[in-house]
Amino acid sequence: MKSAVVVFPGSNRERDMVAALEKVGGHRPAVVWHGDHDLPKVDLIVIPGGFSYGDYLRSGAIAAREPIMDAIRREAERGVAVLGVCNGFQILCEAGLLPGVLMRNAGLKFICKEVKLRVETTDSAFTARYDKGAVIRSPVAHGDGNYRADDETLARLKGEDRIAFRYVGNPNGSIDDIAGILSEKRNVLGMMPHPENLIEPLNGGLDGRPLFESLLAA
Amino acid sequence: MLPNDTPITPELVASHGLKPDEYQRILDLIGRTPTLTELGIFSAMWNEHCSYKSSKKWLRTLPTTGPRVICGPGENAGVVDIDDGEAIVFKMESHNHPSFIEPYQGAATGVGGILRDVFTMGARPIAAMNALRFGAADHPKTRHLVSGVVSGVGGYGNSFGVPTVGGEVNFHPRYNGNILVNAFAAGLARADRIFYSKAEGVGLPVVYLGSKTGRDGVGGATMASAEFDESIEEKRPTVQVGDPFSEKLLLEACLELMATGAVIAIQDMGAAGLTCSAVEMGAKGDLGIELDLDKVPCREEGMSAYEMMLSESQERMLMVLRPEQEAEAEAIFRKFGLDFAIVGYTTDDLRFRILRHGDVVADLPIKDLGDQAPEYDRPFARKPPLAKLAAEDVAEPNDYAAALLKIVGSPDMASRRWVWEQYDHLIQGNTAQRPGGDAAVVRVEGHEKKALAFSLDVSPRYCEADPFEGGKQAIAECWRNLTAVGAEPLAATDNLNFGNPEKPEIMGQFVGAIEGIGAACRALDFPIVSGNVSLYNETSGVGILPTPAIGGVGLLPDLSVMATVAFKQAGDVVLLIGEAGTHLGQSIYLREILGREEGAPPPVDLTTERRAGDLVRGLIRGGEVTACHDVSDGGLAATLAEMAMAGGIGAAIRLPEGIAAKHAYLFGEDQARYVMTARPDGVTAIEAAAAAAGVAVTRLGTVGGTDLAIADIAAISVAKLTEAHENWFPAFMAGEL
Repeated sequence: MKSAVVVFPGSNRERDMVAALEKVGGHRPAVVWHGDHDLPKVDLIVIPGGFSYGDYLRSGAIAAREPIMDAIRREAERGVAVLGVCNGFQILCEAGLLPGVLMRNAGLKFICKEVKLRVETTDSAFTARYDKGAVIRSPVAHGDGNYRADDETLARLKGEDRIAFRYVGNPNGSIDDIAGILSEKRNVLGMMPHPENLIEPLNGGLDGRPLFESLLAA
Repeated sequence: MLPNDTPITPELVASHGLKPDEYQRILDLIGRTPTLTELGIFSAMWNEHCSYKSSKKWLRTLPTTGPRVICGPGENAGVVDIDDGEAIVFKMESHNHPSFIEPYQGAATGVGGILRDVFTMGARPIAAMNALRFGAADHPKTRHLVSGVVSGVGGYGNSFGVPTVGGEVNFHPRYNGNILVNAFAAGLARADRIFYSKAEGVGLPVVYLGSKTGRDGVGGATMASAEFDESIEEKRPTVQVGDPFSEKLLLEACLELMATGAVIAIQDMGAAGLTCSAVEMGAKGDLGIELDLDKVPCREEGMSAYEMMLSESQERMLMVLRPEQEAEAEAIFRKFGLDFAIVGYTTDDLRFRILRHGDVVADLPIKDLGDQAPEYDRPFARKPPLAKLAAEDVAEPNDYAAALLKIVGSPDMASRRWVWEQYDHLIQGNTAQRPGGDAAVVRVEGHEKKALAFSLDVSPRYCEADPFEGGKQAIAECWRNLTAVGAEPLAATDNLNFGNPEKPEIMGQFVGAIEGIGAACRALDFPIVSGNVSLYNETSGVGILPTPAIGGVGLLPDLSVMATVAFKQAGDVVLLIGEAGTHLGQSIYLREILGREEGAPPPVDLTTERRAGDLVRGLIRGGEVTACHDVSDGGLAATLAEMAMAGGIGAAIRLPEGIAAKHAYLFGEDQARYVMTARPDGVTAIEAAAAAAGVAVTRLGTVGGTDLAIADIAAISVAKLTEAHENWFPAFMAGEL
């Protein structure tokens, strides 16, 4: 399986993501700079964490309006898997690939800690290797992770089984404890926690691995 | 804005922080009255912050070399060999005055500055730490300052993308008017690809890179070299504004450019910006520099030469490049959306010449500005050492459990989780030991097992009581913390924070601390490879506690035998390595329980320190140790409590027979000691190794249960300890205390 990690000015967890994909999958992903209009043909596109454009204006807002996002949108429509983690999730929401927004944490502070997540659906290429209802560990590191959506959107997400992960012990005030959601076609996942930082014993656990194993086996 | 030919009055000279004799030296040197720009340049180069004029004589006495030292003090950061052709590049620097005036930006730009120092040398930053010292917890400004500084440190480091893995936070009334923000950064480089500031070659382009120049921070270094008074709020415009987004781009652009081989010399623009960076590159290379300020990218219109030369706008670099690679270099910077401008040339006349609108606005001898700046041998007075406080002159607690509970929940001892959860300590995916242990451990990228350990340490109350012993202790504790995770301590950086050096008693503290640091570094083979001096930390005549903060780096070849502080397994045997506790002078117990700050601090016997540390490191590396923690603030009782809380499991402890002073045994802060645990079948071997090394070892008890139970003295549940330990900081910041 081929993958690409898209880097915007201010992305800063791209190296973590590249390392995770390489360590789990055995192949080094392509690293695509935002100014490159041609996305290589891949099976997985990842938008990593960070502070694209400094989070100045609004987290993810500037990156979401870049030409490369049109290319990513086209690939997503073709069914290519797209994973947005942290700032990547914010960008996907701002770009309209996923519904809702991510606001300032309810506690108004940046939070870096390990949290627990419940796997709410295994019906996706991202979560197939987990057990439904399993509680897994994952680090979070964000200031704007408070997921918000209107009632109608929330009802749809629930009704269509598109909530991928919920927090067990909500760290940021997200509505309905939402930590990650899927697109309608279930090939786009946005999540605030960082599975790429929990893939080897050094990180204190391996709970992030199944996500990459699911994807890379697909 | 004053014109360049403004008459130079004694008042103007004084407002630039130059003393009359220093001004006379300028007149003698250039043989005429300086222009306004020239006066600004002299004030920028000759202030304490940039010139080290009061400290140089003493800094030279520190050991700075060793088999692993690739580059010692004098460059942007120290460089140390970590085998496999790799090097660690690190330094610590203060941003005290700006952080007191504007805590968020002051702390943020402190972090930005130290990161820049590290990547200027060609290293990718892999770890940051910071040593923070605030006024008393009940002082009205303290919460505001803690909140601003912590979010500033996080705001910059998190966005830049470096894990902030450790540090110190302390409170004391002597920092009420002058907090300390000391930022440490370390980066990884190839040992044969280190970049330096020394320019080489005549007629080569001097290139300006990074962000544009604005009016922010004009005169910052001069401000940082003076005492504070009530007018401090007026100094707010001298604080710079940080932009971590630009810094991250600057990092990537610099590393990419360095890989092309185009860079001859590089210097970041920190204190005194363009002036200091250009002078340093020229003076070190025995070259002159000519700058045309019309070419400098500016954020604002109509800036004068004076303002441009003294601006401390952030995220800027100066380089000397190979002319044939100019276009290649420019393309890299354009790709990242950063400014790139040729602003001058190196010359062979040893002059620092500045042009603005076609006029020469400054023309000065570059060596006298830089490496031949003034140097003072300031008078100093040593304070007679305080008498040792006998244990029998210190009251025992009525209730040992209550005393321990109070200690683990006191401002200086409580958990710093509230702080470090605001710092991204996991980014880069290599954090092997998170904040809260003896030392942070970060794996070296590209290796499975090789890692580096980092620790920041100093006990200012010891330094105040006895600068020499306190200086020794700061080094010894840092060395001990690195040892306690199993690392071989390699080298250190020092951040020397003191009051006004023109006062002989302050200079006496400085001299004593340096002598202590030097003695300990020599005894422990732990050279100082970089550092920073921050003097004039006084407000309205009240000086801070002398605070020589030490940042140490250690090498851990095999992560699989790294030790952590947490108790692991019921049945493990608890051992004290080192002598029994006896010393209560300047202890946390004395201060927190009895409200006294008295007596001599615990002496550091460097031979014993080394012997105990080498033993402990060997045992950890032999895989015989299941947990290890050094004994420091709060003594043995606090050490045991911290190990129990970290592991969520208790221990049954029994003091040896015939202990005369139980409170000194439990709370004494005698040095060169560790607590470790081992499986029962491994204890005999440990005892034999200790005996062979001539180090005392005592069986204290076994791990297990839900209480920390000290037979016939105290039993306290680990849950209760944890509650007291974890609750203080959040409650304090919420204003609930």
